[in-house]
This record gives sequence, C-alpha cells and structure tokens, in this order.
Amino acid sequence: MPGADLTETTYLRAITTTLAEAMRVDPRVLVLGEDVAEGGPWGATAGLAEEFGAERVRNTPISEAAICGIAVGAAQSGLRPVVEIMFVDFVTLALDQLVNQAAKAHFMSGGQLRVPMVLRTQGGAGQRGGAQHSQSLEAWLTHVPGLKVVMPSTAADAAGLLAGAIADDNPVVYVENKTLYFRSEDVQEARRVQLGRAQVVRSGRDVTVVALSRLVHESLAAAEELAAEGIEVEVIDPRTLVPLDLDAIVDSVARTHRLVVAHEAVEHGGVGAEIAAEVQAAAFDELDAPIARVGAPFTPIPFSPPLEDAYLPGRDDVAAAVRSLL
Amino acid sequence: MTEGDLGPLRSMWRIRAFEERVGQLTRANEVHGLVHLSAGQEAVAVGVCGQLRDDDAVYSGHRAHGHAIAKGAPLARVLAELMGRDGGLCRGLGGSMHLVDVEHGFLGATGVVGGNVPLALGSALAGRLAGGDQVAVVFFGDGAVQGGIFVESVNLATLWSLPVILVCENNGFAEFTPRSAHTNVERVSDVVAPYGLERETVDGNDLGAVREAFARFLAAARAGGGPALLECLTHRLRGHYEGDPQLYREALAAEEWQALDPILRLQRLGLAQGWLDEDEPARLEQEARDEVEEAVRLARESPFPDASLAAELVYA
Repeated sequence: MPGADLTETTYLRAITTTLAEAMRVDPRVLVLGEDVAEGGPWGATAGLAEEFGAERVRNTPISEAAICGIAVGAAQSGLRPVVEIMFVDFVTLALDQLVNQAAKAHFMSGGQLRVPMVLRTQGGAGQRGGAQHSQSLEAWLTHVPGLKVVMPSTAADAAGLLAGAIADDNPVVYVENKTLYFRSEDVQEARRVQLGRAQVVRSGRDVTVVALSRLVHESLAAAEELAAEGIEVEVIDPRTLVPLDLDAIVDSVARTHRLVVAHEAVEHGGVGAEIAAEVQAAAFDELDAPIARVGAPFTPIPFSPPLEDAYLPGRDDVAAAVRSLL
Repeated sequence: MTEGDLGPLRSMWRIRAFEERVGQLTRANEVHGLVHLSAGQEAVAVGVCGQLRDDDAVYSGHRAHGHAIAKGAPLARVLAELMGRDGGLCRGLGGSMHLVDVEHGFLGATGVVGGNVPLALGSALAGRLAGGDQVAVVFFGDGAVQGGIFVESVNLATLWSLPVILVCENNGFAEFTPRSAHTNVERVSDVVAPYGLERETVDGNDLGAVREAFARFLAAARAGGGPALLECLTHRLRGHYEGDPQLYREALAAEEWQALDPILRLQRLGLAQGWLDEDEPARLEQEARDEVEEAVRLARESPFPDASLAAELVYA
C-alpha cells in the first residue's frame, strides 16, 4: 500500500492501482479472468498485462468453474491468485469450486492447506442490464463457513480492502458495485483495511443505519435530508460481511437504540436479516423499536427503466425506514 | 522387469492389505462414513505415484486411499483419519473422501466427482510459474468425464500447455450404471481427442504397462511439454460401497478375478522371470498385513479431536 497514489482517483482506478502495487511487491500474485489482459469490460485490470506480462495476467475462456478451480489449486500450491468473475450473477457457475473446494480446504485438511485467493466480482442494478446481469448475491456467500466476504463502498476502501484481501490467507470474495466504479474520490491516505472492521462513516445519536455498498451513499444522502428535520443518523459501513464487526454495530445501537439495515440485495434472506438477528440477540434490551430492513422486493430485476427504478432501494426508502422507527 | 519391481509389489500389497482391513473395520463401525475401496486398482496407484516426487501435486476422487498411500501417506495416519481421530492426516475433519497429505504432495481427495480436476491445473500452473519441473496429476473415474468441469479443464490445460497428467481409471461403471448408459463415447481417450493432448489407453491392471506409459508422459511434462491423459482400463470388484466386505473378498477370490488381479499378475511375471522366489508372495503379503495391523493399533490409540477443533480451523 505505501506508494499507491490514490489522489484524484475513482473506485475503479483504486482497484487497478492496488492490484498493480500488489503484483509489484509479490511475484506470487497473478490475475485471471475473461478479458483481463485487455483491461476488462470496465478497465479494472487496465495496464496490468503490459506491466506484468501474459504469464501473470491471464485471459481465460468463458469457463467460470475452471477458472475458479485453477485459482484454488494455484493458491494451494503457493500462488496468490486474484480471479475476476465478470458479473456476480455468474458466480453461480463457479459455486462448486468456491463452496465445496476453496471454502473447505483448510478445514477438511485439518489445517494443512491454505487457499489465499481473491475472487473479485461486481453486482448492482440500475443500468438496465436485466435480471441476469444486475443482482446482489453476497448473502449466499456469507452463508458458507470458510469464505470471507467484503464489499467496499468507496475508492479508499476499494483499495484498502483489496490489499487486505490479497494479504489474507483465506479465500476472500470481493464484491464491487458497477454503479460505483466511476465515482471520483480524493484518497488522502492509502491504507490497507483490516478485514472484519466496520467504519462509522457518519456519527449520529438518533438512529443507526448499517448499509452496504451503494446504499452507504444513499444512506448518507438520506441522513442529510433527515438532519434538516432534526433527526441525526449514524451510518455504519460494515465493509466486511464475514467476519462481521458486530461489536461496532452493537456499540452504536447502545447509543441510538434504533437500527435500520439497508442493502440493494433482495430484502428476503439478505444480509440484513442476519445482522438484524445478531443485533437483537446481542442487544435486545438496547432496542426501543423493531429493527427495520431496507432491501429490494422479492422479484427478479425488471428490465423496463421505470420498473427497474421503482425496484431499486434508495435514499427515500432509507429515510422512510428511519422515520418509521421514531 | 527386474528386482526393482519388488518395491512396487510391496507397495501394491500394502494397499491391498490396507483396503481389505478397512473393509472389515467399516463393517465393525470403527471406520465411518462413505468409504470407497480401491482393492484391485493398485497397479494404477503404484505405477503412477511411485514415479512422482513429493513436490509433484496429486489430486484424486472419492476412491483415494491407494493414491494417498502410494504417494507416501503413512498407513497409521490414513487409518486414523478414516476413524475420525485427531492423529489422522486431517485431524479427523476430512474422512475417507477428503484425505490430504501436504508433506507428500497429496493435495487432496474430493467427494465431488471431477471437482478437483481444475485444481490440478492450478497446481501445475504454480509449478510452471515457479520455474521448476514439478507436474500435477489428477485421478478420476470414467464417470467424471461427462461433467462440464472436466471438459473446461481439458480445454484450459491444452490451451495453456500445462504440465498436468490426467489419469482416468475407467472401470466401465459410474456408481451403479455402465458407461454405455452415460454416454455414446466408449473410450475416454476419444472424448478428449479434439483437444489434441497426448493420450493413451493401457491395461490398468498391468503394472508394467501403466508404469511405462506414465513414465513417458511424466518425462515429457517435466521437459516442458503440455498435458496428457492416461486412460487405465480397470475392472471393478463388486462392492462399490463397503457395506459388505465379504462380497468384496469373495470377488477377489473368484477365478475370473484371479486372471485380472494386478498383484497376482505381477507375481506370476516375477516367478516366470526369476526375480521372485516361490515363497516370496506369501511373505510379502504377510509383511503387508503385519504393517497394516500395526497401523490399526496406532490408529486406535489416537483420541478423537476436541470439539473445539472445528471452530479453530474455519480460517487460516
């Protein structure tokens, strides 16, 4: 991380910069995925093939399962692969490798094996991609003991969490959001983010809002609006979904006594349900109201623009949830 | 064939004795879970693994005891694992279908048919990038060939010219149904033909044939050549599951099998060629059974792991 220049960057460029830095420092790091040598569909891996060559920046055929399996084997044999799955919707194709092999190798081998791989992917709706190119599937992955799951919401965290993920000796799923890719940001200090640490991105005394990825920004916008009504919202970005920094959330709830959990993923069975259950178990007596969740409705993502817009959770939903608790 | 074959013969007897004993222990509920014995397939395990180094990565499927042992896994630690003991290779957390012995390069068995074929490619890639001449080997049955992951892996192995050797033990059956019920392509070698990789089909019960063909593939892979597929035609004994070890023993004793048995064939060859004395087969068998009995004793002495172990090993 030292030396990574992230001033005037974007979420996407932060990823590229961090990958390049990691590859310079450690020859064991390599990048695999579809079109990665050309920079990938959005440019996340731009310039890497030119700098590090074809052996370490490998284009693959459309074979998500094999790509992921190769990463697992390579990691078991001493490399630190960073695999790209172009859309999180396609992680379905790699699930056996991720869930039955990667996640369980260390455990089932009695600690002999390590799988220090990162699976980078992206999700998120709003670009009319339709139901198979827009999902938020992180909840599935949080249900697999042995995986770690992170979701950066800012360029600083995109850099910091990626550095942390690459350094981690476990399989880490790193979930980006496509609508955040071109957010500009000025990162004053590039620092590796320790996995498992949440961040309080806005302090407030009245309601805690735990938000993931794009919804962090939506929650901050809602907080601005609510501040004008005299409601002070505390926004927490868990950053790592597994292992979850429950203490940070409980700490906050102990002060505000009200909790909203917000994510773009379908509300039913989403990570919000797990967080809500854990918080009520740990801090029931601190709660002055039921825990509210903000998430997408239980439908596949519609293509038609007004329908997709109506589908997407946003600042209005977060604000409404906050008000409902007061 | 020379006196040098006493080593392989000894290895084959160790596996045979071990597998037969495991069958009994499974019946006696000392070995637990889903157990798939490889008695009768020793020539493939020994012919292949006997030529590999510790830094060559080997992967296998659910019928992996013989492969792990031939790769160097100590009998007592394999057995303790099958018994779920802390002294097992995987501290009791893996079991029969998930044996791992990193020290000897046995990077894992899997219970998902064909599931670790791409892992072998990854290990081969790691060896290549490290600049060495390590190779990776993956064992699988003919049933794995119809899975998508197999074809994806063959495509990538040939595309990237990886030093991985795919060893198919084709016994003509996938679980309970014959190959002809699974596919129109009879020979596994024919399935991979379009990808242009080196391939050969041998009698999997002929140690010499397996060893000779694998030696050629191994030399080519170490020299920088690409992947290869060795199809070993074997024969399955009755008793895919180890519900009844008696059925297994009867099958091993049957006259039809006696002609096919890789151990008996090698011994007949040794006697004929003069590198094996009349009394040696019985002696080798007894030594193997004694060694296995010692492994049983050691494994039984190993305690079950503490319940807290599971939570400790979720993450590295």
